[in-house]
Amino acid sequence: MAGEKAPEKKPGEKKPSKKKAGEKKPVEQKPSQKAAGDKKKRVKKYHASRNPVLARGIGRYSRSAMYARKALYKRKYTAPETKIEKKKKEMPRATITKPVGGDKNGGSRVVKIRKMPRYYPTEDVPRKLLSHGKKPFCEHKRRLRASISPGTVLILLTGRHRGKRVVFLKQLDTGLLLVTGPLAVNRVPLRRAHQKFVIATSTKVDLTGVKIPKHLTDSYFKKKRLRKPKHQEGEIFDTEKEKYELTEQRKTDQKAVDSQILARIKKVPQLRGYLRSTFSLSNGVYPHKLVF
Amino acid sequence: VFKRFVEIGRVAFISFGPHAGKLVAIVDVIDQNRALVDGPCSGVRRQAMPFKCMQLTDFVLKFPHSARQKCVRLAWEKENINEKWSATRWAKKIEAREKKAKMTDFDRYKVMKAKKMRNRIIKHEMKKLQRMASKKGKKPGKPVKAAKGKKPEKAPKAKKPEKAPAPKAQKAQK
Repeated sequence: MAGEKAPEKKPGEKKPSKKKAGEKKPVEQKPSQKAAGDKKKRVKKYHASRNPVLARGIGRYSRSAMYARKALYKRKYTAPETKIEKKKKEMPRATITKPVGGDKNGGSRVVKIRKMPRYYPTEDVPRKLLSHGKKPFCEHKRRLRASISPGTVLILLTGRHRGKRVVFLKQLDTGLLLVTGPLAVNRVPLRRAHQKFVIATSTKVDLTGVKIPKHLTDSYFKKKRLRKPKHQEGEIFDTEKEKYELTEQRKTDQKAVDSQILARIKKVPQLRGYLRSTFSLSNGVYPHKLVF
Repeated sequence: VFKRFVEIGRVAFISFGPHAGKLVAIVDVIDQNRALVDGPCSGVRRQAMPFKCMQLTDFVLKFPHSARQKCVRLAWEKENINEKWSATRWAKKIEAREKKAKMTDFDRYKVMKAKKMRNRIIKHEMKKLQRMASKKGKKPGKPVKAAKGKKPEKAPKAKKPEKAPAPKAQKAQK
């Protein structure tokens, strides 16, 4: 710790003041700077301990006597104001004025922003014990198998596109894989696939320089659920629209990505036909024996 | 009945064990079950080996019994066993089997396409010959059937990757 400071070190001077219980000297200040002619820093000469030692660990005067002897009544320092305290000083708005509508139209009324609770439970909820290591889904660690990298041809195993061979683009924030047919080749659009339900082959398409639009995230692909429970008694389940509708944005995004990939697929002989075909097992073919 | 014998200098192929797949020469016979064996050019140290894991090949070297490794090596290189071995059908079959096991999904697709094309060509020619034969009926002078043997090798070989011909050729020989 002392190594980084100013080169002059006077260990002899520091030692006696450090040992005594009463005085604490900040290590930065060095009395030797007075000799250097530094006028800016006021010289701080520290008093020796005002509490003579009777035996080791026992001083002559009590706490209150020392308070008086050190004149601490004159030397009261407060800690600098923290940000939290500063924030607390600026009082937030407690009420807001709103215009009166409806029957008694015209004037304005004052409404509290933070209202008192309208219900107190009869039993208190007991405080939950602290636990560690239980993270919410958004904080989970996302892993990607080493065999999967951008451009790898994957075989989808579940879903309506099962058995189809598909090109892997990138892994999304939730860990799902963004994948595309391309659409012109095998009718698989830009879609998400789960890592566990996919076989990674060793065939790779070179995707260097391919730009995938930034707005293709999980929320883009997430199924939309409309909640408008305005229904009265009948038609409770009819309001949910099950049909998926193709939007123009999806089409443009598909085209933007596919045009780049199709060019690269054409370069590899027979790759297009490979992507068009589906994977299947037959007699005598065992997945654990196959090299993918 | 038996054509290959255990003798000094017989080259054997090791079928299982830690040295599976390598060639060795029999240097000496220890007892009914074991032989002293050495494979200087195939990375097998001089050691005792049971006969059960050896499979005899057609090659025999000339050296006296219990000859030292240097002599075995000289004889081996003089006869050029390594090259002769890789020219045998046995070695080629082994290689084809290994290649087949290493085929990736894409390779399997390519082989499937090649086989399909080849079979189509063969079938086409067969049908042609059958038609001609049935048309000619009782007439003598059947058209040359030897032309069929050449067709399968021709067109498919032009396109495929080099892996495909090897398993395909093996299949034709089977």
